Amino acid sequence: MRVRLLLFAQYRDFAGTSELEVDLPDGASAATLVAVLRSRGGGFERIPAAAAVAVNQEYAPPDTPLRDGDEVALIPPVAGG
Amino acid sequence: MRTWITHGVIDPAAVLAEVGAPEHGAAILFLGVVRDHNEGRAVVSIRYEAYEAMAERVLAEAAAEAAARAPGVRIAAVHRVGELRVGEVSLAVAVSSAHRAEAFDTARDLLEEIKRRLPVWKDERYADGERRWVGGETPPLPQEAGR
Repeated sequence: MRVRLLLFAQYRDFAGTSELEVDLPDGASAATLVAVLRSRGGGFERIPAAAAVAVNQEYAPPDTPLRDGDEVALIPPVAGG
Repeated sequence: MRTWITHGVIDPAAVLAEVGAPEHGAAILFLGVVRDHNEGRAVVSIRYEAYEAMAERVLAEAAAEAAARAPGVRIAAVHRVGELRVGEVSLAVAVSSAHRAEAFDTARDLLEEIKRRLPVWKDERYADGERRWVGGETPPLPQEAGR
């Protein structure tokens, strides 16, 4: 399956991109996605293993199963206000 | 109830005008304003970034939850994104209710939730030319997957 990944703030700076398509094995979870990204090395390794994830614009726990076409965002610590 | 994210200047009077009712004896307005210092450093501006589609949803959900805790209140909230200079308004929350206590409590409730979970980030620009992402709060995640 393939998901659309969005990166914001410092995570985007680490990765050097704000958006990318990621191919994942069937059955992958949100946590799998973070692990796959970090395994790319370089700036991706600076994304925390426990980074918060949103799936289709809702916060989701790490064991959330992903589906083809999902919009997945890694959410750095938030600082609104 | 009205909530939104804007790229334009926030007009506080317009936000306040979104609330109020004949049976409401209290209306309050909170403004978040860009401050000229943070952690001992002179701040020139803050560039606010948002995951806009999600921020719209989270702000609406947080306002709906705050309204559910205080039936009858009216709420309006707006967060601005983009580069804001010192003194500019980044956030406005207006609440009206029959009596003052529920207006203050509801506004504070909603502000705390905005701080905890609105997907917005601050890229702070300093007088010495440096910049950095301001450390924030880790949003609370649901315990179980929603699917």
